[in-house]
Amino acid sequence: MRTAFVESLLRAASENPDIWLLCGDVGYSVLEPFATKFPERYLNVGVAEQNMAGIAAGIAMSGKTVFVYSIGNFPTLRCLEQLRNDVCYHGADVKVVAVGAGYAYGSQGYTHHSLEDVGIMSMLPGIEVFVPCDPMEVCAATRLIATSGKPSYLRLSRAGEPNLGSAATDPRKLRILREGREIVIFASGPIAARALEAAGELAGHGRDVGVVSICCLKPFDDVAIRDAVRDVAFVVTLEEHVLRGGLFSLVANAFAGDAKRPPVIGMGVPEQDGKISHAGSREVLLDAACLSVQAIVARIEESLAKR
Amino acid sequence: MADILAVLYTRILRVDPADPRLAGRDRFVLSKGHAAAMLYATLAECGFFSLSELDTYCRDGSIFTGHVSHAVPGVEVSTGSLGHGLPIAIGMALAVRSAGRGARVFCLLSDGECDEGSNWEGIMFAPHHKLDNLCVIVDFNKIQSFGSVAEVLNLDPFAEKWRSFGWHVEEIDGHDLIALERVLGALPGHPDKPTVVIAHTVKGKGVSFMENKLEWHYRSPSDELLVQALAEVSA
Repeated sequence: MRTAFVESLLRAASENPDIWLLCGDVGYSVLEPFATKFPERYLNVGVAEQNMAGIAAGIAMSGKTVFVYSIGNFPTLRCLEQLRNDVCYHGADVKVVAVGAGYAYGSQGYTHHSLEDVGIMSMLPGIEVFVPCDPMEVCAATRLIATSGKPSYLRLSRAGEPNLGSAATDPRKLRILREGREIVIFASGPIAARALEAAGELAGHGRDVGVVSICCLKPFDDVAIRDAVRDVAFVVTLEEHVLRGGLFSLVANAFAGDAKRPPVIGMGVPEQDGKISHAGSREVLLDAACLSVQAIVARIEESLAKR
Repeated sequence: MADILAVLYTRILRVDPADPRLAGRDRFVLSKGHAAAMLYATLAECGFFSLSELDTYCRDGSIFTGHVSHAVPGVEVSTGSLGHGLPIAIGMALAVRSAGRGARVFCLLSDGECDEGSNWEGIMFAPHHKLDNLCVIVDFNKIQSFGSVAEVLNLDPFAEKWRSFGWHVEEIDGHDLIALERVLGALPGHPDKPTVVIAHTVKGKGVSFMENKLEWHYRSPSDELLVQALAEVSA
């Protein structure tokens, strides 16, 4: 995902001389191509995210489009007030790009787990939020935000994520990864791969399960969400994030006023709630959070059995 | 601070009240956004809008909010949470330098807001990047919101701190109009270095009952006291 991002950014910056890139001393083996090609538009501001966010706002107020890049919580939570006041309130054309979504930095520990960022960033006024599930969506979202003229948040995982479907053209639209009419799993981020596996397994049990990637969490297309699941038995949301403020909250909100709404089952990461986080790969931590393929299958079977 | 703004807007800043967003203009960022009223009054005196508009200050529906608002013609940035202005000013200084138009960026800080760590991130950054088109002015009146600077969080040795971070430092009487014009008119004070002007000021200068009184960070004068205050500053 990181590579897909930087390649797309390089293309955008080649076309638009007003695109700048700032990083908070993060990006080894990722950002070098940009730094080499556009040294006059690249800045490592150091380990100082509040300053980075303010500087980005100041450059953007001078007519530029500024990408800021760092790890998970650092360019988001660490400088939240700068994003609220300096970037969003002024409508400054700043793109916050965070790498390490969810448990992507698994064994690095709790400080590097990004589990509340989507909800928090989505609350900022006027920002657009993109959570791509594969490199194709990363390319499409990067292209889009490079020209949107709006404050944006792009949440990236790490490296090596596979493409999960056919070409992603418009990241604002729902992307059907697998057709299915009995149950629909809405997923955001690379955890969509687990939704596809679960759907494949459930097909073996005679279940017709669709998987839809929702890359754009703000603005959230309530109408498209409702239209995508007419007549299904129920909807499952799957995210590498706490349920509060993330995909589940948004989908539930989209259905809130709909008398014919299907039940929505939210699957996400439980709140840490004072528990100590142990070392573990992303895969292991997701499994421990009850988000294994088996757990997804079991949850869906259980819900079907209750009907 | 009123003296600093008066010198900036009448002698130093290349800005055009008829075209506040003119490309290539100098930028002024008021980081101590709570001093909005003084900036609004200065901008009105300079013709960015009419003086009568100031009557709406803090009234329902007015653009003139108590903390400075970029809805007001001539105001570059809304601030109010301290420690935000300098990083923004640094971003502007980087951008206007790359545009090569020779514009300067001025940023006015309070002394109390130098408690904010974000300022020190910026104070470290600007000399590293040789931002000699950036000038910070500190309104050093020695009083912050809930006590004196010396009691709450002492800044001394203040000038030495800036110097050690790589700034060109000017330390002057912030009410000396000639000194203000001399240092602000001679930028950059040092090639390849940003400049900080530590302006020693007296809070409530020129009004006997306000000078150096913490309470006037909060209070509004009665009609009677207003008449007295205006008479004293006009004297």
